[in-house]
Amino acid sequence: MTGLRQIRGDVARGLAARGTARLAAGGRRSLQLLPVLAKILFSLAITVLGLLLITFVIGRVVPIDPVLSIVGERASQAQIEQVREQLGLNRPLMTQFAYYVRDVVQGDFGKSLMTARPVIDDIARFFPATLELATLATLVGVLFGVPGGVLAAVHQGRWPDQSIRILGLFGYSMPVFWLGLMGLLIFYGELGWTGGPGRLDASNELMYEYDVPSVTGAVLIDSALAGAWGIFRDAVSHTVLPSLVLGYFSMAYISRMTRSLMLEQLGQEYIATARVKGAAEWRVVWVHALGNAMVPLITVIVLSYASLLEGSVLTETVFAWPGLGLYITNALFSADMNAVLGGTVVVGLVFISLNLLSDLLYRAVDPRAR
Amino acid sequence: MGPEDAPRPGIRAWLTDDVPQSRLQARCVQAYLAWRRLAQNWLAMVGLSIVLGLILMAIFAPLLATHPPYEQNLQDRLLPPFSAGHWLGTDEFGRDLWSRIVYGSRISLTIVALVAVTAPLFGLTIGTAAGFFGGIADNLLMRLTDIFLAFPRLILALALVAALGPGIENAILAIALTAWPPYARVARAETITLRNADYISAIRLQGAGPPRIILGHIVPLCLSSVIVRVTLDMAGIILTAAGLGFLGLGAQPPLPEWGLMISSGRKFLFDQWWVATVPGLAIFIVSLGFNLLGDGLRDVLDPRSAPR
Repeated sequence: MTGLRQIRGDVARGLAARGTARLAAGGRRSLQLLPVLAKILFSLAITVLGLLLITFVIGRVVPIDPVLSIVGERASQAQIEQVREQLGLNRPLMTQFAYYVRDVVQGDFGKSLMTARPVIDDIARFFPATLELATLATLVGVLFGVPGGVLAAVHQGRWPDQSIRILGLFGYSMPVFWLGLMGLLIFYGELGWTGGPGRLDASNELMYEYDVPSVTGAVLIDSALAGAWGIFRDAVSHTVLPSLVLGYFSMAYISRMTRSLMLEQLGQEYIATARVKGAAEWRVVWVHALGNAMVPLITVIVLSYASLLEGSVLTETVFAWPGLGLYITNALFSADMNAVLGGTVVVGLVFISLNLLSDLLYRAVDPRAR
Repeated sequence: MGPEDAPRPGIRAWLTDDVPQSRLQARCVQAYLAWRRLAQNWLAMVGLSIVLGLILMAIFAPLLATHPPYEQNLQDRLLPPFSAGHWLGTDEFGRDLWSRIVYGSRISLTIVALVAVTAPLFGLTIGTAAGFFGGIADNLLMRLTDIFLAFPRLILALALVAALGPGIENAILAIALTAWPPYARVARAETITLRNADYISAIRLQGAGPPRIILGHIVPLCLSSVIVRVTLDMAGIILTAAGLGFLGLGAQPPLPEWGLMISSGRKFLFDQWWVATVPGLAIFIVSLGFNLLGDGLRDVLDPRSAPR
């Protein structure tokens, strides 16, 4: 993480140096932003192309012959040739890749063998559930992680610091799917406090499907909008456990980063100045120091959100949560490569966008990075 | 703590000498002092004992196991822990869980060792080359690294395993292919700070070519930060391997891989909790060990990057 921050700092400093040089040369302010933006867009385009190249290559090395899976084993040579041509498999690889990029840009990932619908439609249907879970988990992570990290920094080396460190270490060492199973075992199986796997009880699932209009695709929001409070309550009881489990991992990361960022701030001279001026200690910590730590912290939170999208693959499997992760794993077992690669590309794109967003936010909030 | 603490003033004095007489002695002094600093950190020592325990368990698996790991005994299926002869209980085929955990340590250790050797090697090669040559090579190599970093690791591993087919070898390959980019980043950053150092210019004036400079004079200085990263990464490697096993994409039955064992225990979670719980505990303890050791090693070998 420090490496990443250092690199970001280097980039920012380089950009700043270039910016002042240009300013000295008499360039206008609005003009200096353009090359920076162009550079970002260019590297974004390269990264996305690289991502597509990797999925394309993965799609080529699959031992399943896409032609055979369409025409069946007893097809004649002519039939095989015909389908090969339809799929464009007789063209040079570079051309095939160009067509692949064109299709993806148009949102065409091919048809899913599993659901017999266009992959992009499937993704649109499954993605909201993943976003819902990742968002709730990030909320949990921020609500517990930020105050936890601040407390740890203020009481450095004493028991609040140690306990938060151990909590974080446990988070780094625990398999997320196992924690999910243990949560289900204790809070659903033994105590009956929460709902079981799935987004709703089976009885409510049908009601939700037919009576609640799908506005956002997130059960909690849709059922609240429709005023279906019975479904809403059921959805809450099913959501608590997976979002707490996933949120725990986000908390482990956020609290660790908050702690080190806060320690950095608390050692600065302006903190001493604030204390000398007679500012109350809570004000010094929660307003002065945290306010300044917030800038890099936003980056940390956005990055943890991105990593939750990944952690959700295992969590969704454990909780039978109908999100993109479950979709990808199910597709894997049906040897449905279109769906697997489509899902991979979408997750990769979201990941890249979030990284970009964290970069831009950093620049927007911290004037030194401009 | 170790043989060093034995009262042998001769060796102790040799190891703490301020004026080492040879390169070998200088290295030994360095290693000894690092070890002393590490030994003061009791959490790191806990981590080290867990890791050593795992290694011993893997070596002496046939002695530690009470039953053959694949031996099915349908009469004794799903016995709870502390039953006669099966102190951690049995699974759905009546196989002894303790014995399977013990043999599973071999699989975990193999995965970790293979990934921990290949990924850093590859990352070091890419990173030092990029940092040393700069210019177009740097741009190209780092772009490649960024592309791999842009993928969420588990998802990329999933897609790779989907393409190559499930199995433990392919899982190892997939994890290694997703694990190298951070090493390249670290190695490049170190190389750039070292590239213009005086001693590099000196060796260059003596006529050393790029391979010799990189291998002999840059790589050794990158090693300490790489070692720290490897140790911290090992927990992640174990967790990813277990995750792939859990999804059914890593090790295949009847191998006693811990993630796979959790996934088969999942079917009996509410009635026979121990089948899924016990292997999970094993994963947890082992990753905790690697994390504690990695934290301690970082404080000793790479104090700059410690979050303080």
